[in-house]
Amino acid sequence: MSIATDLRPNRSLQAGAKSGERNPKAMVFLVVLWLAMFIAMTVLLVLVVTTLIEGASRLDLRLFTEYPASSPARAGARPAILGSIWVIVTTAVLTIPLGIAAAVQLEEFADKTNRFNHLIEVNVQNLAAIPSVVYGLLALAVLTLLRVQNKNLVIAGATALGLLILPVIIIATREALRSVPVEIREGSLALGATPLQTMWRQTLPSAVPGIATGSILALSRAMGEAAPLLLLGGLVFVSFDPNGLLSGFTTLPIQIFNWTGRPQEEFRVLAAAASIVLLVLLLAMNGLAIYIRNHFQRRW
Amino acid sequence: MDNLTATQPKAGSRALTDRSVGPHSPSRRPSLITSVRRPGEAVAKIVLRLAAWLTIVITVGIVVALIVPALEFFRQVSISDFLFGTRWAPRFADASFGVVPLVTATIWTTAIALITAVPLGLGAAILLSEYAPPRLRAVLKPILEILAGVPTVVYGLFALAFVQGTVLRDWLNLPTGSFSVLAAGLVMGVMIVPTVASLSEDAMSAVPNSMRQGSAALGANRMQTSLRVVFPAALSGIVAAIVLGVSRAVGETMIVAIAAGGQARIVTGPLEQGQTMTGFIANAALGDSRVGSIEYDTLFAVGLLLFMITLLINFISIRFVRRFREVY
Amino acid sequence: MFSSSLKLAGVTALAAGSLMVSGCGGQNPGSAGGEGVSGTVTVDGSSTVAPLSEAAADLFRDVQPGVNVTVATAGTGGGFKKFCAGETDISDASRPIKDEEAAECKAKGIEYTEVIVANDGLSVVVNPENTWAKCLTVAQLKTMWAPESEGKIKNWKQIDPSFPDVPLTLFGAGTDSGTFDYFTEAINGKEGASRTDYSPSEDDNVTVQGVTGDKGAVGYFGLSYVEQNPAAVKAVEIDGGNGCVAPSKETVQDKTYKPLARPLFIYVKHSSYKDSEAVRSYVDFYVENEAKVAEQALFVGLTPEQKQKAQDELGSVAA
Repeated sequence: MSIATDLRPNRSLQAGAKSGERNPKAMVFLVVLWLAMFIAMTVLLVLVVTTLIEGASRLDLRLFTEYPASSPARAGARPAILGSIWVIVTTAVLTIPLGIAAAVQLEEFADKTNRFNHLIEVNVQNLAAIPSVVYGLLALAVLTLLRVQNKNLVIAGATALGLLILPVIIIATREALRSVPVEIREGSLALGATPLQTMWRQTLPSAVPGIATGSILALSRAMGEAAPLLLLGGLVFVSFDPNGLLSGFTTLPIQIFNWTGRPQEEFRVLAAAASIVLLVLLLAMNGLAIYIRNHFQRRW
Repeated sequence: MDNLTATQPKAGSRALTDRSVGPHSPSRRPSLITSVRRPGEAVAKIVLRLAAWLTIVITVGIVVALIVPALEFFRQVSISDFLFGTRWAPRFADASFGVVPLVTATIWTTAIALITAVPLGLGAAILLSEYAPPRLRAVLKPILEILAGVPTVVYGLFALAFVQGTVLRDWLNLPTGSFSVLAAGLVMGVMIVPTVASLSEDAMSAVPNSMRQGSAALGANRMQTSLRVVFPAALSGIVAAIVLGVSRAVGETMIVAIAAGGQARIVTGPLEQGQTMTGFIANAALGDSRVGSIEYDTLFAVGLLLFMITLLINFISIRFVRRFREVY
Repeated sequence: MFSSSLKLAGVTALAAGSLMVSGCGGQNPGSAGGEGVSGTVTVDGSSTVAPLSEAAADLFRDVQPGVNVTVATAGTGGGFKKFCAGETDISDASRPIKDEEAAECKAKGIEYTEVIVANDGLSVVVNPENTWAKCLTVAQLKTMWAPESEGKIKNWKQIDPSFPDVPLTLFGAGTDSGTFDYFTEAINGKEGASRTDYSPSEDDNVTVQGVTGDKGAVGYFGLSYVEQNPAAVKAVEIDGGNGCVAPSKETVQDKTYKPLARPLFIYVKHSSYKDSEAVRSYVDFYVENEAKVAEQALFVGLTPEQKQKAQDELGSVAA
């Protein structure tokens, strides 16, 4: 179907505008497109609404203050909420500096024509697309090698999730660095700064909004992950708050998974309520990322 | 000045270590050295290099971590038994290690997910790229992004409780049990829509406007332009998007673990339950697998198979992306 | 702009940090005026017994909030593997320890005591819409679950000609589960002998879910799961040779529910019991208050003789 066929003389112009936008086929097409968008949005709406309706009755203070229990009336998600926060903060501390460092090296200092560096680039793209469960297997294997028996530790979970989002942070940081115009760097060099000084004092600060946006989005993805933590023995009845990097823990997604697996209707309600909390947290994080992007992003 | 422009390729991607030209070139360097090489810099440079190499270490780590137990596994189970056997019962006394049932369940859930995601995703992409004015785009795009941000456990709960329980069993009265690949596949498809849509939309936006204008000048309406001009031009990007969607569907764990079922059986219809490769890994993780036991090694053998399949799919996708990025 | 981003980062870190500290602080207040025991107790094993251990942990936290109890469910077999490797303090078990497992523990120098904590009627359940299977004989169950039936027995009509033509979907315990061991031994005659084409899970909750959604489904798990889900599943009466008996507190305690009435245990590591005040107080509490714990978890409690025996055994460990 090339453009050439459209060079035919257009009889329908005389017949009465049937080939224009009013063409019934074109209108049906537009309706179909809107339908596609509409269906996707409706499913999202139904998901949110059903979760809200299901969980609303247990969306009370108990959810935040109580510990999991075998009787749903007494159960709450306190360790899960605190655990999620602990794990995300630890992941951020571990991963963001590393990701930024790797991205800076790849984007600013590495010789782009070098085949090895090209390999690293392709490698990072591959890593970003590996299923999360494989990262769990990696963490499991490493911990087994280190002869760690109880693998359900905050630091272990943070490492598994950190490995998962490291490629994403690297890619986002590289995009952010790429968007900083070369004139900034050149001006700095012209004033006598070394490339490292330029990067640290000019390029990186200018790229901070993009980096912050990318990191927060990556962290919000990590917050919603459950599969890697399952492999570390995450499905455990935890009845205490996390109290250190070597402490046992559970996270909101794991707790939701746990409660979803229980057949009593009230646990379903609890799972829905915890889902609402998780969704609100994620919405807040994504909102923060978008706010940063919109308000701090310089248009060069 | 000429020296500067001559050495300047694309914005922001210049290697800064080229000191034969520019302000630090030997001809321009003042006698007072203003940039004294500070010791901290050498250390910093090494640190940065190490950080980049870390990514290679991770990949190597993944491959080694998967291969070592998998090799142990294949020492006890032949590769053809594994790849072509049709009975998957690794933890029973009378054990079998044929992975075909897991693969059929994965194929079913992935196919259903694609049938859902591709029409919806492409439709949304064409709408956003060809029809929507910028203000509408600014509203619709974030909504699509939210679909991508919902945690997969929440999708899983939705698939089990609402799609399987309410829609399939109660409303439509279909002959299905507590789990089905259809429920899992449908919800997974909705989850992938943003992936397919945003990458396709990128590809379509990259098509130069001159082509659209040329098409309009020849009398085509927007539908004809989108379908006959933009779509074929962006085809490699769109294929890349679909392939990436396949990769995400194959690797998805929680939705299938919750809603597709736990019985490793050969799946022959959408209303049946089945256990996917990722579902097996999740379920096995909940039990106990002693290091060095066959159960532990089985976990990694399936993991290795999964890793290789997604690696292959990703390679294909990246190839297509590179092609479409090069053309424009 | 750089500084405002820094400020943003700083404020976020501060907020997160204070949340973490508050999490720490809210955990070890020590009971007012009491001894304020603190420490961790690691429990793993049977998913049948887990709700009981969880209920005990729940009630125990009201008395000793400083003790952190974690309960995992790797299955009775899985639990023993960890226990004999020294990884856990207490192993939940829905069957007695096997000889190989006992030998493993001995080889690793793990001394333990078996403490009975509840009674259980291993129940066979069907979907609430199942109106035909009210009572099943052991022979019929064997037809359903024996290894020879794999791939062959797929319909209720094959179990009994009077049953309707409904496909048979099987849900049951996984191979690490004590419930699996007990059921296969009692019904199929040999521990571990089972057909493999069913949905196995170490987590009995998954089995409940499976049976609830499928009209022709059948599953098996401990009585407490039946009591927890009265609307979701229906227990079948079992004819063990003396007529149809339904599982209940009475028929379990007086053992007329044959052959599927069984005791439930916890195995306590001696070194943990003696050295860790947290473990000792938790276990003592567990046994002392077993009636209340069983009631909360909907289990069948101990007879007075069983309770006395349990307390005597614990007493001899401490001595």
